[in-house]
Amino acid sequence: MDRVIFGDNQFFGVDHLSDDKARQKEQRFKDTREIIRVLDFAHEAGIRTFMCTTYGRIEEICEHFRNNPAKYADFKIYPCMPYAHKYANAVTEMGIGGTLRHFTGGVMGSIARGGMAVVQRDAFKMMQMLVDAEMSMFKGVNTGVIFLQNVVTDLLLGLGMHDFFYEFSEYVQKKYDAEPGYITMNLPRTVDVLHGLGIENPIVCASINKIGFRMSGGLEANEQALAEQKVRAIAMQVYAAGALRPQEALEYICPQQGIESIMFGASSKDHIEQTYELINSLSPEA
Amino acid sequence: MIKAGVIGLGKMGISHCAILNAHAGVEFVGACDTSKLLRWGLGKYSKLPVFDDYKKMIEQARPDCVFIATPTSSHFEIARYCLEQGVNLFLEKPCCLNYADTSTLRELSESKGLLIQVGYHNRFLGTFREVKRLVDAGEFGEIYHFSAEAYGPVVVQEQKETWRSKRSEGGGCLYDYASHVINLVDFILGDIEHVRGTQLKSIFSKGVEDAVYAGLILKNGTTGNLSVSWSEESFRKMSTRIAISGRKGRVEANAQEIKVYRNKSENPEDKAGWALSYLTDCTEPVDFYLRGEEYSAQVDDFVRQVEAGTRQSVNAIQSAGETDRVIELLIADSGRGN
Repeated sequence: MDRVIFGDNQFFGVDHLSDDKARQKEQRFKDTREIIRVLDFAHEAGIRTFMCTTYGRIEEICEHFRNNPAKYADFKIYPCMPYAHKYANAVTEMGIGGTLRHFTGGVMGSIARGGMAVVQRDAFKMMQMLVDAEMSMFKGVNTGVIFLQNVVTDLLLGLGMHDFFYEFSEYVQKKYDAEPGYITMNLPRTVDVLHGLGIENPIVCASINKIGFRMSGGLEANEQALAEQKVRAIAMQVYAAGALRPQEALEYICPQQGIESIMFGASSKDHIEQTYELINSLSPEA
Repeated sequence: MIKAGVIGLGKMGISHCAILNAHAGVEFVGACDTSKLLRWGLGKYSKLPVFDDYKKMIEQARPDCVFIATPTSSHFEIARYCLEQGVNLFLEKPCCLNYADTSTLRELSESKGLLIQVGYHNRFLGTFREVKRLVDAGEFGEIYHFSAEAYGPVVVQEQKETWRSKRSEGGGCLYDYASHVINLVDFILGDIEHVRGTQLKSIFSKGVEDAVYAGLILKNGTTGNLSVSWSEESFRKMSTRIAISGRKGRVEANAQEIKVYRNKSENPEDKAGWALSYLTDCTEPVDFYLRGEEYSAQVDDFVRQVEAGTRQSVNAIQSAGETDRVIELLIADSGRGN
């Protein structure tokens, strides 16, 4: 994976500290062309990976990539699935059974009638169908790593339904020739569980920052896991939702062992370029 | 180590299962639901014991506490049975569909020496806790008015009938979004005694209200506005805000940030003007994170209380149950009771 990965929160009205800022961003990026303009800034700055949740609007971005193959030949998109709000609202409305039927409906159409009953006895098959449904929009786009979103990773982790991690890993490798990634707010625990499943050097994306924000189990346990366990970590929320200034935040992150990649999101050309250069200059062997 | 079970495996129930199962102080002894699909899923792919009948679960698993996350219309019957069996309760919000039932549960829990904690998670959110601390410390002087709001995009077009469209099932914005805001006002500012000019508006729903607008009067005389709608497509997700005006200043807060304004005073040492603080300044880390620190924190608190045999929870029914009384006041005031 690249040292620097571009995130997507800024595009979709997510701001962990301020609702007002989130809405300002949401307004600015209402037009997908504006998102593409910012992605182009990132690309020009030297960034080659964009990590994004599978919102409906990503489809338009993928379409743009497909229509301009020469320009984006070296640009990868790492999908993070599923977009949880979509499913959470559906579960409240339709129940869990209804939601599964609803979202696998399109895929089910291609399977013989009565297939639902068969699939319902095999949740791994169900998961594969959901992955396919989410991946359909990325057709023809370079997706090197496919991530399980933290709500799902952490839910399965808590429930002890760990076999899904293994099945997910097998499926994305076989079907999409991609590596599996796991986003989590519980890094030490997740790494332990993945090792236990024989996933030896897992890609794990987690909140990692100097003040221990959203680092379950505490800063020390997380640092220890990064230093001592075999893990390819992607650090997210490195600014602790804006509580840390970039220089201070990155001085802490860049020399940390176990961190292969650093994710950040930004909206202006200057900010993107400065952050990219700062990460490179603070990283060992830069 | 305490034994815990969960009844009702919807969104909240499943989330509680995960948090409890990951909790070092809890032995997870049972998950119960009437859905065959869910029991099959959990039974086959996790190690959690599953039950199809809560009475059976209590009899066989002997939990110290259970989490009830079934539709609100069933809370009373299930909760009463559990209390009679000597089991402590974490009850999802709102407690019951009428205040009489809530009061019966409260009295029963008191006579049995059991805890009922209610799932109003805002009381465990760092920013709102900090606002309460500042108000209690007199930072804003005597409070004279407030405005409490929540907006979000739950029902943004006409829909077919579900449980959400029936008040008798616990549907409607009042039992959902509005209950959280009422509870938050009660937590930060005190008991709500009267309500005035209540508007329960149906925007897209047929049988129930999508928005609640009302004037609130607290026991201590403070007045405020309640403004809640789950039919605001303009919001990406539920957003809850409170603004409080006092004689010495003002505070505006939501789940992420707190803006404090301190009025100019005679003492030049006092720092007048705006000051900002964020969730990151007032959030304690949790051992296991699922959807927000507050969800884990409320479970941690409950587990501690049950373990210690205490009933000092900030969300105990003695306080959190009063939200049901206010909901009844609002329905009566609106003239839309059924």
